[in-house]
Amino acid sequence: MDQFISLLTDPVAFWNSHTLLIGQIGINGIIATSMFLVLYSGQLSLAAPGFMAIGAYVSVLMGNYWHTPGVLNTVTAALLAGVVGLLVGLPVLRLRGVFLAIATIGFVEALRLGVILNVPITGEGLGLSNTLSADPLGGINVIIVSLIVIVIVVWRLTKGRLGNAWAAIRQDELAALSQGINVARYKMIAFVISALMAGYAGALEAHLFFNVDPSDAQYGVTRAVQILTFAVLGGSGFVLGPIVGALIITLLPYIFGAAGDYINVLAGIFLIVVIVFRPQGIVGRGGLALVRPAWWPGSRVRAASTG
Amino acid sequence: MDQQIVNAIFTGSIYALFAVGYTLVFGILDILNLAHSAVFMFGAALTYSLVVNHGQSFWIACVLGIIASAALGLVIEYVCLRPLRRRQAPPIAALISTIGLALVIVAAVEQGKQGGLFAWLWVDGANSVAFPRGTIPNPIWHVGDLTLEATKVVIIPISIALMLVLGYVMRYTQVGRGLRAVAENPRAARLMGLDVDRMIALTLVISSALGGLAGILFGVALGDISPYIGRDYVEVRGLAVIVLGGMGSIPGAVLGGYLLGLIEMLALVTLGSGARGGVAFAALFLMLVLRPQGLFGTRLRERI
Repeated sequence: MDQFISLLTDPVAFWNSHTLLIGQIGINGIIATSMFLVLYSGQLSLAAPGFMAIGAYVSVLMGNYWHTPGVLNTVTAALLAGVVGLLVGLPVLRLRGVFLAIATIGFVEALRLGVILNVPITGEGLGLSNTLSADPLGGINVIIVSLIVIVIVVWRLTKGRLGNAWAAIRQDELAALSQGINVARYKMIAFVISALMAGYAGALEAHLFFNVDPSDAQYGVTRAVQILTFAVLGGSGFVLGPIVGALIITLLPYIFGAAGDYINVLAGIFLIVVIVFRPQGIVGRGGLALVRPAWWPGSRVRAASTG
Repeated sequence: MDQQIVNAIFTGSIYALFAVGYTLVFGILDILNLAHSAVFMFGAALTYSLVVNHGQSFWIACVLGIIASAALGLVIEYVCLRPLRRRQAPPIAALISTIGLALVIVAAVEQGKQGGLFAWLWVDGANSVAFPRGTIPNPIWHVGDLTLEATKVVIIPISIALMLVLGYVMRYTQVGRGLRAVAENPRAARLMGLDVDRMIALTLVISSALGGLAGILFGVALGDISPYIGRDYVEVRGLAVIVLGGMGSIPGAVLGGYLLGLIEMLALVTLGSGARGGVAFAALFLMLVLRPQGLFGTRLRERI
């Protein structure tokens, strides 16, 4: 915890000396929001690391080979991730619950183990370096602003017509269908938007760390599970829940820093304790709701449950 | 090629044994027990530690390893699953609590170094080790041009016998009927006077004992024991196996295990080692898209 004392005594120095950590929190926040969107529409999709990988590789490859500006690379990468999301979603979104989760894991790992590690242009197991120096998108300001914009957009989406349709599908797909809601279309919209966001976050992450590393913890199942943990631990009923989850999970190594070698033992126990005592997540009924003023958005939203 | 097929059957048996426990819990609770791969690793690590650290004979170590794995099943039930059932939490919460427990188990074994808190559990930290020569009897036979090691051959009869016993218990005994009743409808089972909590605890014990045994067999046969064998070898492959066979179906998991062993072998032979992992997941993806109920499943459950 020592390093956080400077947050109170000298916030500017804290900001400057922890830019990578803050950037990582921001990126995880964006991915968590992308996870929130699919969960909000009742889909347990774990495909986010696959879309992140697409975003990261496409943007870095474009920059390295064509020397196109970073903004263009990032936008193209995000759009391409969205297109892949559409193509993957077409067959996969007929599945529900844990079947969807497993199918998307299949997609993520087939992409990583089957394609990325076997195609020479991706650098195979070594990954890629981002050769751009002084990358304007590597700065954390872009990440923080993106996070804020994305959260506001997603929050507005969940409040509108789309959000109502998603909530209806989440609570009872059959009932939603019988009300004339085009379930397949609304699910696909949520899936594609979330793929866009994940691709964007992946591109930003590649720019932040200047390299792309095709490891399990980065674009594999481990990452998928971590992202799911953001959303479930934080609470998936309100858009800020997954971001709180992302913040806590990203900071876990620092929170339990004093435990030294036993960090992961404590982190695991922490996860179990939080989820056992607050299965609906930290942000949700009875949690932050207790300290939340009545005018605060989302006061009446219930914790989401898929299925 | 013949040798490859024999190897595929060995790996397939281990996948099958692992996946049977996985699918048993899913069939009865509709919950994916993500701590199962950690139990697999724990069984292997504890057995190794008993032989090397504590100087036990291999057979005693095996029995203790299986008992400890079964006990870990009780931990999963009492710590991760029962409190969530009491709170009527959404099933997705159980995913996270079992992930948490898996994290704890793997991290504990990782820290099993000399002088560490968990030194009794494991000796070599995050490194990969094999049973020292001479601690396990391992005659080698040559049949034609095949090389058969006893430690690998023995996996096949053990797996098949255990799966037949489990199939018999599930189908013809009072306990099996109780378990199937809970799987069908826990509420109705409770109204019929079944102790549902006890049935679920029993499920976890059986499942984890099988998982631990699979881990021991894996460690003995492949000579590769580390805190990461669960994550690297069986965690997601186990998912592929139970999907191939049909979620919740025990015969499906057995055949799915052998099928995945064969698919991976074919990928290895035709496409090279790089494609091996990717092929398993591509098969998983295609299977779910084309036939989500699996090869042997008859109906689809829709809860998580």
